[in-house]
Amino acid sequence: MSRYLTDRLARYAVFAGAAVSFLVLLAIAVFIFRGGLPAFKEIGIFDFLFGAVWRPGQGQYGILVMIVGSVAVTAGSLLLAVPLGIACAILLAEVAPFGVRQFLRQAVELLVGIPSVVYGLVGMVLLVPAIRQLGGPGYSVLAASIVLMAMVLPTIISISEDSIRAVPASYKEAALALGATHWQTIWRVLLPSARSGIIASVVLGMGRAVGETMAMIMVIGNSITFPTSPLSPTRTLTGNIAVEITYAGGLHRSALFATGIVLFVLILIINSIAVISLKRGGHAQNLA
Amino acid sequence: MNIRHLVKLSSLMTALVLAVALAVTGCAGGNGGQVTTITMAGSTTVQPLAEELANNFTATRSDVQITVSGGGSSVGIQAAAAGTVDIGMASRDLKPEEETLGLVVHVIARDGIAIISHPSQNVTNLTKDEVKLIFAGNITNWAEVGGADATITVYAREEGSGTRAAFEEMVMKGTAITASALLFPSNGALRTAVAGDPNGISFISFGYLDDSVKAFAIDGVAATVENAKNATYPIVRPILLLTKGEPTGKVQEFISFCLGPVGQAIVAKHYVPVI
Repeated sequence: MSRYLTDRLARYAVFAGAAVSFLVLLAIAVFIFRGGLPAFKEIGIFDFLFGAVWRPGQGQYGILVMIVGSVAVTAGSLLLAVPLGIACAILLAEVAPFGVRQFLRQAVELLVGIPSVVYGLVGMVLLVPAIRQLGGPGYSVLAASIVLMAMVLPTIISISEDSIRAVPASYKEAALALGATHWQTIWRVLLPSARSGIIASVVLGMGRAVGETMAMIMVIGNSITFPTSPLSPTRTLTGNIAVEITYAGGLHRSALFATGIVLFVLILIINSIAVISLKRGGHAQNLA
Repeated sequence: MNIRHLVKLSSLMTALVLAVALAVTGCAGGNGGQVTTITMAGSTTVQPLAEELANNFTATRSDVQITVSGGGSSVGIQAAAAGTVDIGMASRDLKPEEETLGLVVHVIARDGIAIISHPSQNVTNLTKDEVKLIFAGNITNWAEVGGADATITVYAREEGSGTRAAFEEMVMKGTAITASALLFPSNGALRTAVAGDPNGISFISFGYLDDSVKAFAIDGVAATVENAKNATYPIVRPILLLTKGEPTGKVQEFISFCLGPVGQAIVAKHYVPVI
């Protein structure tokens, strides 16, 4: 009797654990929607999302500048991180000897553990003065992209490496048996087969980039202007919330919660794309 | 080393860590009596002054501890009104909508706002009007005010800052600060930013002036505490400590200390005393 009891109890306990995580997510969603919906009602969704002026002091709440800023910084970081990340994943999965592989993996894992404020500090002290030599104030989309690249790289590397390793050995053996060189095998057989996993890693990296706050407010300048070049300062959605939430009240505060809603929806979309992409990958490999 | 040894070692370490932690916390407040903690938060302008006053006040007594944090004047006012801290710090007057919060205002000093630049800046004097036009984005090149041919980079504080509010009230007078200003959340951060940018300009409290930046003379008047005292320097604002209702107990003792001779002597080092 007690064996079945423990079995039942264990099942309920595990279910309760999962329910708690789901409840936390639900609580967060309810909290920010409750805080942000008044802003949407009063400002109007269209004016809020596409308004080009953010001046709470004068009752103007348009977050287009911040949306463009976030998109620019994310795109910049992916432009830098994707080639580097995939190259590193190929190295780790196919090319590197065992010792080098172990060492590199440790190094990549270390990158994940560094707090974002430390990335911001290094960016502020090293990158910004260097970029100032190229023109502009130094606090720029370029600085933010480089910092974000370093933060997104581990995600892309580890998931891409796993995807490349997951390609069935028969593919690689067949290609080599037919006379392809190692590089031809990698470029024309392994990478295309691992494509959906690599896309998923890029999309997850994108999610991390969109959500980064601390490092952003330290190197991007936080000015409410559209970035006209990689060297111009701007503001991100996350930076907007972080810089102003401590003193905002009333409609201003609600507008910041509404910015949170926009971020929440954005991350949901990005994560869904990643999950769908991974699922598709599973099917393709089963067809072989 | 087998599992038994591992368990013994780890329990020994845990016991050691706990013992050390207990000893350390036990030693603090060793008079066995109540230690009152006074919490202060708000303006980053007032923060270093408050820390020095707090250190001096608690140096000779062990029954009070004072913790000071920043966040900006608006945060200090809100926190004091909500009761989250005992004393709020602000570097600007209360706005009309804040006057109904039930706060008692104690003016402990007056402070000048310095317009700063990189030490290598050739321009040494600006008129109040030029300052306004630079921060509004109408003057964009140092050459227009007698300097080198370089684009001016404007650095400013976030909107909740008391220093920014006082600056807007006394210099900008209704004109908005340019949207392309780079915003940083404290006096210290602005000073660091301008110290690293040869074409930067910003505004910080007199209390934050040091060798890493240079202060402009405004309308020919140098940015010194003397000139703030005799009212020839044009940009001066009050330094406030705020309490919810009249202060009592240790909080009242601390505020009396700040307004007394010892406290005001500390104030007089970088700010204008009120007695």
